[in-house]
Amino acid sequence: MDKPIQTSLPPKLTVRDLNFHYGNFHALKNISLDIAKKQVTAFIGPSGCGKSTLLRVFNRMYELYPGQQASGQVLLDGEDLLDRSLDVALVRARVGMVFQKPTPFPMSIYDNVAFGVKLYEKLNPADMDDRVEWALRKAALWEEVKNKLTASGMSLSGGQQQRLCIARGVAIKPEVLLLDEPCSALDPISTGKIEELIAELKNEITIAIVTHNMQQAARCSDFVAYMYLGELIEFGETKQIFFKPQRQETEDYITGRFG
Amino acid sequence: MTEKHLSSQFDNELAQLSSNLLAMGGLVEAQLRQALAALTHQSGEFAEAVLTDELRVNAMEIAIDDELTRIIARRQPAAVDLRLLLSIARVTGNLERAGDEAAKIARMVRSIVNAGAVSLPLADLRLGCDLAAGLIAKSLDAFARLDTIAAFSTLKGDADVDREFDGFVRKLITYMMEDPRTITQSLDLLFIAKAIERIGDHAKNIAECVIYVVKGADVRHRSLAETEAEIVGAMDSETGEP
Repeated sequence: MDKPIQTSLPPKLTVRDLNFHYGNFHALKNISLDIAKKQVTAFIGPSGCGKSTLLRVFNRMYELYPGQQASGQVLLDGEDLLDRSLDVALVRARVGMVFQKPTPFPMSIYDNVAFGVKLYEKLNPADMDDRVEWALRKAALWEEVKNKLTASGMSLSGGQQQRLCIARGVAIKPEVLLLDEPCSALDPISTGKIEELIAELKNEITIAIVTHNMQQAARCSDFVAYMYLGELIEFGETKQIFFKPQRQETEDYITGRFG
Repeated sequence: MTEKHLSSQFDNELAQLSSNLLAMGGLVEAQLRQALAALTHQSGEFAEAVLTDELRVNAMEIAIDDELTRIIARRQPAAVDLRLLLSIARVTGNLERAGDEAAKIARMVRSIVNAGAVSLPLADLRLGCDLAAGLIAKSLDAFARLDTIAAFSTLKGDADVDREFDGFVRKLITYMMEDPRTITQSLDLLFIAKAIERIGDHAKNIAECVIYVVKGADVRHRSLAETEAEIVGAMDSETGEP
């Protein structure tokens, strides 16, 4: 019986036979799966299983480093992201990413959000104001910062900084948002806000999230992929994965029997 | 569930819970045997023993529920752990109600004994009661070993208890038609027979929980054939063979 790699929904990203190497290290082994459009797909698995690497392939983040190499296919609406002739800046405008640690730029809250937009669009000041407010509202941060938009992004709390980064990611209106353990440094209240935000964003954006928090994957995803040692072990609907996974390895991991 | 959790404390909690559940099951089995003895010997003494044990069964149900709540709140179980804990809650509920049925039988026997000699066929009831008590024991054994084959045979056994019940009711009707003076006593026996039939149902519910834990399939309100397909079908996917 072949492992299921597709969903019943139309795919936004189609990954086929993806292999990834860090130098000689084979980090992703023949990964094939679909990321459904306007759904949340969570990647879980122990450290080093390749889930973050996979996310970094989705917007070609790995190209920043020499010796890292991807082969196979990653289709974004049918267009191969791994195609060298594709402009990487345009890929990243369509596929945004938020990292584990908040990474506000050393500039004002307003400029943090406007920064990416300026790279891709020429907006007049009024439209830019609207866009910044829209993004901050999407990230559930507007009410907290609307009176101090000129303050430094670094002056915000950890949870606010992370939502600022999400606002920055959302501001350029990406089609896909990649979240690499976005809540691992946050308290439960900030985490709750970001999970709310994920639920809200998926009306418009396809989301892929890497998390070590199993309950978080259970709470906010529609599909779950369990990875181990660079392989995709099981992929399925969240309810099925957390209730009755098909594979013993998945069951052992999510019930804390792994070791 | 051969693999242990990373948290040995969690394993200890589950082991303790399972052993409490089996202790409760043992007590309910004892109640059923005493109810059977009360019926066989028309003994008020055995009947009293059943009623005394009922209080202990009730207390155990509450203690197990309490422990379950604590584990769920602290551990946020998933997959097989979640199914196991949900099932333990269902099993305790069914055991407690099987204990209630045993108490019901005991009370009926007590009132029959107080009213004088019995002229009706108690032997038929004994057979049904023996069957039902055996099913409870079998279902608990299947649960302890998470044995779906034994669970399935319990489901089939419940059908036998139901047939016993139907046969007994037909027999009682003929007695009542022949001699209306037996109606009062017949009704008492009918209540006992109904209690026995319900005990079989509780055993069946417990057996269904075994299939739920192991296969993740909810087989309540399904036919025996459908349930069997579920057990066999899931086996194939487990071995990974096409």
